[in-house]
Amino acid sequence: MKVHSLNLPLTEQEISSLKIGDKVLLSGILFTARDAAHRRLYSMLSEGTNIPFELNNAAIFYCGPSPTPPGRVCGAIGPTTSARMDRYSPLLIERGMKVMIGKGERSEVVQACIHDHRAVYLTCLGGVSALLSEAIVSCETFLWEELGTEAVFKLVVLDLPCYVAYL
Amino acid sequence: MQIRIIPAAEVHRKILEAIGAISFAPDSAVTDMLLKAVELEQDETRKDVLNSMLTNIHLARENKIPLCQDTGTLVVFAYIGNRVVIDGAPLQDIINQALAEATAHLYLRASILIDPLFNRVNSGNNCPAILHLNIVDGDELTLMIAQKGGGAENMSRLKMFSPDASPEEIEQFVMETVTLAGAKACPPLVIGIGIGGNFEVCAKLAKQALFSPISKEKETTYSAWETRIQDTINKSGIGVQGMGGQLTALAVNILCAPCHIASLPVAVNLQCHAHRHITIRM
Repeated sequence: MKVHSLNLPLTEQEISSLKIGDKVLLSGILFTARDAAHRRLYSMLSEGTNIPFELNNAAIFYCGPSPTPPGRVCGAIGPTTSARMDRYSPLLIERGMKVMIGKGERSEVVQACIHDHRAVYLTCLGGVSALLSEAIVSCETFLWEELGTEAVFKLVVLDLPCYVAYL
Repeated sequence: MQIRIIPAAEVHRKILEAIGAISFAPDSAVTDMLLKAVELEQDETRKDVLNSMLTNIHLARENKIPLCQDTGTLVVFAYIGNRVVIDGAPLQDIINQALAEATAHLYLRASILIDPLFNRVNSGNNCPAILHLNIVDGDELTLMIAQKGGGAENMSRLKMFSPDASPEEIEQFVMETVTLAGAKACPPLVIGIGIGGNFEVCAKLAKQALFSPISKEKETTYSAWETRIQDTINKSGIGVQGMGGQLTALAVNILCAPCHIASLPVAVNLQCHAHRHITIRM
């Protein structure tokens, strides 16, 4: 098992050095977005409105963390099922998103889009959220606090363990 | 008839303790099976995955961080003795109050929306819990409490079979369900199968089957079939977190009920490896 330690944003060379099944220890800035945030991002992009963060080379983690207990950086954190984001992902990939992190299989359309745009889909282990919480350096609500766990959180991660699923 | 009065406050306290116990630890049989699997596993990636799952169980307990960020829908099967009176509040209210309190104090994720379609607004406290009430003989109150995550629940299925369907056809439907779920349901899975009753009863049986003990106590026609289905699933190659190998199903549990001459309802409810449940008796 090959293990890559990579810093976000990923360069084209870094993405092309990956192989399916490799492990990646990911560090840097991620934005979380799950169902509700994807609906909003998608409709903003469709209407031609600028979204409030740089999508070019961005990394998005399909995730809704649990609340942060006192004395900790964040609560339990882990991937949700990526397939629910399939209807939104092609537009986001076309607008420059490079890295998606989630769990489970993606549609053929999304797989082709990832391939064509030299993006990457990484999976994180599901249900190991106390472990993944250890890789979070900071976690702050970035957009749409009213969505609760479905808000966009800005995360800084250090060595978040992921596996390469689609290239 | 001697009536037994159980104060609402006592039920509330027990439920609160129960939610605390399941948020940070899976069924101990899951841990045992993962420990066994990691010893047998030869593949480097899968060994890494199994070790991560075991470390997670350790860290969740040590740090009081939920095993999974999806702290689920609270599902309660209540068995109320016919001589029991809960004094102070209806059981549904007691459960909801305890759940709201646990959600705040244990920093559980609020995952329940007040409306499924037109007004998907979060209730903010995981309420309401889902309660299945059963009246039984006696003076005890038994509560089977589970946190059921959304990922595995989404991949569950129900089919109204023709009554002449063979066990093999049902087996195929179960296999198809597990295959369609793939890594989405977070395998290794506990698989609850409900057969018979009617449309809603088979679904409820499948849910209830998830919370039967993982290790089988006695051999019956159904338990032999459970083992056969489990073996078939474990040969599917889906494996831990969809990474291949021999461990896809931790257990297959079947529950049955009488049914109509025209029917053969079958429901398959999937449960992820974060198998969080407890039974309390009062």
